Amino acid sequence: MVATAKVTQKVYAGGPTAWCPGCGNFGILSALKKALVDLQLEPHQVLMVSGIGQAGKLPHYIRTNGLNVLHGRTLPAAAAAKIVNHDLVVIAVGGDGDGYGEGGNHFLHAMRRNHDITYLVHDNQIYGLTKGQASPTSDEGFITKTTIKGAVDPINPMALAIASNASFVARGFSGDMEHLSGLIKAGIQHKGFALIDILQPCVTFNRKNTHAWYRERVYRLDQESDHDPADRTTAFTKSLEWGDRIPIGVLYRQERPVFEDRFLPITVDQPLVGLSPEPGGVESLLDEFV
Amino acid sequence: MALDINLMVGGEAGQGVQSIGFILAKLAARNGYEVFADQDYESRIRGGHNFFRVRICASDVGTLTEKVDLLIALNKDSVLLHSQEMRADGMMIYDNDAVKDLASEGNLLGIPLQTLAKEKAGNKIMSNTVALGAVAYLIALDLDRLKELLLERFGPGETGEKNTIAAQAGFDHAREHFEMTARRVPAGSNGRKMLLNGNEAIVLGALAAGCRFMAGYPMTPVTPILEGMTENATRMKVATLQAEDEIAAMLMAIGASFAGVRAMTATSGGGFNLMVEGLGLAGMTETPLVIVEGQRPGPATGLPTRTEQGDLLFLLHAAHGEFPRVLFAPSTVEENFWLTVKAFNLAEKYQIPVFILTDHHMATSYWTAPKFDLSQVVIDHGRIYSPGVPVDGDYRRHLLSEDGISPRAFPGTKGIVVFTAGDEHDEHGHIIEDAGMRAAMVEKRLRKTDLVRQEIAAPKTYGPEKADITLLGWGSTFGAIREAVDRLCHEGMNVNCCHFAEIWPFPVGAVEEVLAKGNRKYMVENNATGQMAQLLRAQTCIRVDGCILKYDGRPISPRFIVDQLKKEVGAVW
Repeated sequence: MVATAKVTQKVYAGGPTAWCPGCGNFGILSALKKALVDLQLEPHQVLMVSGIGQAGKLPHYIRTNGLNVLHGRTLPAAAAAKIVNHDLVVIAVGGDGDGYGEGGNHFLHAMRRNHDITYLVHDNQIYGLTKGQASPTSDEGFITKTTIKGAVDPINPMALAIASNASFVARGFSGDMEHLSGLIKAGIQHKGFALIDILQPCVTFNRKNTHAWYRERVYRLDQESDHDPADRTTAFTKSLEWGDRIPIGVLYRQERPVFEDRFLPITVDQPLVGLSPEPGGVESLLDEFV
Repeated sequence: MALDINLMVGGEAGQGVQSIGFILAKLAARNGYEVFADQDYESRIRGGHNFFRVRICASDVGTLTEKVDLLIALNKDSVLLHSQEMRADGMMIYDNDAVKDLASEGNLLGIPLQTLAKEKAGNKIMSNTVALGAVAYLIALDLDRLKELLLERFGPGETGEKNTIAAQAGFDHAREHFEMTARRVPAGSNGRKMLLNGNEAIVLGALAAGCRFMAGYPMTPVTPILEGMTENATRMKVATLQAEDEIAAMLMAIGASFAGVRAMTATSGGGFNLMVEGLGLAGMTETPLVIVEGQRPGPATGLPTRTEQGDLLFLLHAAHGEFPRVLFAPSTVEENFWLTVKAFNLAEKYQIPVFILTDHHMATSYWTAPKFDLSQVVIDHGRIYSPGVPVDGDYRRHLLSEDGISPRAFPGTKGIVVFTAGDEHDEHGHIIEDAGMRAAMVEKRLRKTDLVRQEIAAPKTYGPEKADITLLGWGSTFGAIREAVDRLCHEGMNVNCCHFAEIWPFPVGAVEEVLAKGNRKYMVENNATGQMAQLLRAQTCIRVDGCILKYDGRPISPRFIVDQLKKEVGAVW
C-alpha cells in the first residue's frame, strides 16, 4: 500500500528549525508529517494555523499552507478558514500558554461549537520562548522567576475538554512518535473538534517534567487498560489521573453535529471560496426597502 | 414655504414607539416625501422614556430640526417632557384614556385611543395604530397606503386586519373632531424611494460587494448588521456567526479572508478595543478586511444608546507598528452603501484593513434614498496569482513587487502552498530576523499608502463657491451642517461647507485645493477635542479658527450649529 503512495515525507520538508536540540517539538513534527503521509494528503490540501511560542513556529518547519497568527488566537482563525473552505484539512497548533492561557475563551467555544478541525497543543508545562515562566499547566508548586512561591493548581486540559463536551479528546507524548502519529491521524479523520494535548519536555527550561519524568509515568490506554472512549464518565475519571501514572491515547470520543454542517445559517455544500456574487439577490432585497 | 413637518412619537419602551414611528416614516416615504427619522432610547428593554422623530420634507433632508409640529404622546411623560418642544402652532395627539387632566382643545387633540382600539379592533393594544390613523388624517397621508403598510407589517391574517380597522377608527375620529385642525399639505412626488438606516445600507453594500463571511459580537449600535447579514445569509450564500468575543470575531474574519473570501466584522468602540491586536495582524499579514465601527460615547461603556464621533483618531492609530489602512466615514445613507462596496474593493486591491466608521446617529437613523443602481457596482478582487508567476510551485505570498502589492493565492491551490505570519517574514511568509528584509517589508507595505490615497475622493462641498466662512465636518454631521449652511445663507451670512467622508489616507492635495485661503473656518464635530481639526492641521498645516463641538451624546442639529457659529463669529460679524 505504501509502495504505491505518491505523497512522501519529502514533499513536507520545511525550513530550518530554531528549536533547541533535543526539544520535544521534533517528535511532534515527525509524528505530524507521518500522519499526513499516512493519510496521503498533499501539502496544498492542508492548512496549519498557529499561535505564538515555540509550538507556534511549527508550521514554518513543514511545507503546508500556513497562517501563523497571534498568541492564543489560533482557533477562531482556523475555524473560519474551515467554514469558508471545508475542503481544507485544518490543523491548529499552539502551546499550553497559547491555548490554555491567552486563548482560553476560544478553546472553550471551539470545543462547544465542534468545528471540524484538529488542535495540537504542545504541552511542556512551561513558557519556553519567554524563557522559563510558569504556564497554565505547570505542576502545582512549580518554582519559576514569576512564581517564587510555586505555581497554582494547574488547568487540566483533558478534564476541561471532556467537561466541555469536546468530541475528541486525546493525550499524546512526544517521546512516542508512532503512537502520537496515530493520534494525529485519528484526530484528522475525526469529524469534529479533535484536541490532542501532547506532553513534551522542554529541555532548556523545565528541569522537572523531563523526558525521563514523562517516560516513567505515561502508559497507553489502548494497551494497559480496557478504557472505552465512548464512556464520558470513565473518560472523566481517566482525565483526573496525573502523577505516578499518566494515561496517553484517546480518552474520549463521540459523534455530534459539527458547527459548519448544522449551525451555520447556510448549508455549505461547496466551498464559499470562489463563488461569484449574486446580483439578482441584492436587487430583490432593495425592493424590500421601498 | 416648502413642506417640512416634524413628528414625534413619545412613550415608554414596550409601547411600540419605534414600531409606529417607523410605520409613519415609511408611510410618508410611500406618499412620495423625503424622510429623515431617528429614535432616542435608553439602554433598557421596558419602561424609561423613548421617542421617535420623523421629519417629512418635500426635498432632500439629512437631519432633524428641533421644533415639533405634531407630537404623538402615548403616555403622560411624553406630554410633560415634549410639550415645550412644540412649535407654537404645533399639534399634540394624546390618549384621553391615559391622560385625564388635560383638556382637549385647540391644538391639543385628545383621542380615546384605548377605548377606540378596544371597541373597534377588540384589543386596546392597538391604541397606537388608532393614533397612526389619526395622524394620517391630520397631515393628509393616504389611509389606503397606511392599511397596506399595516398588512405588510402584521400579515394579511386577523392581526393585520384588526390593525387596519384600528387605523380606520383613528382616521374617522380625527375627521369627525379635528377637521379644522388638519394640515393641508402638498402632495409628494411619485418616485418610489427606499427607506433605510445606515446599518441596513451597510448590509446591502456588503451583500452587493459579495461579502461571504461575517463574524461579530452583539454591541449597540451595529448589532443589526450581523443580524441583517444572517437574515440574508441563506439567500446570498454568506456564512455568519456570533463569536465568543470581539477578539474571535476579528480573527475569524482574518481566517476567512486568508482562506479566500470577502470577510467583515462590525462592532462599536468598546468592542473594537478588543480587535486592535487582530487589526495589526491583518496589517502584517496583508489580509483584506472590512471593519465597521459604529461609535457611541466612551470611554468604557459610556452611553450605550447615544451617539458621538470620538473614535476617529483611535482608529487611525490603532495597533502598534506602522501599516497602511483606509478609513471611510459615510455622511449619507447612500454613502453607507457605496462606501461599503468601495471598502471591499480597496481591501482586496491593496490587501489592507478598511474601516467604515459610523456612529449611533448614522447607524440607526432612517433616510429615504432612491433605489441604489446596482449596475454601478463594480467588484475588483485586485491582483490574483496565476501559475508560473514568478516560478511554478514557488508561490510567494509577500512577493516584493514594485508597487508593494503581491498577487494573492489561497490555500487549496494545487501545486503551491500559501503562507503568512504575524511575525516579520520573508517573501514566502516565513519568520525572519534579517535587517535588510525587515526594512524591505516595511517599505513594501507602506508603498501602498500613496497608491491607495489616489483612490480617495475629495471632500464634498456645499453652498456658495466663495464664502466668508467655511464649516467643516465629517461623517454623520453632513445633513445638519448642510442645513445650517442654508439657514445661515438665508439669514444673509455667506457660509459654505466642506465635508469629509473618505478620510484616510488623508486626501492632502484635494483638501488643500478645496479649502479656500483667507476665510474663516470652523470645524463641527460630535466630540470634545476636535479630532478632525487636529488631523487636518497635522496633515495640511491648515488651522481652523474654531471648533463647534457637541459631546452630550446627542446628535448635532442645524440649530445648534447656527447658534454656536453666531457666538463664535459674534465679535467679528
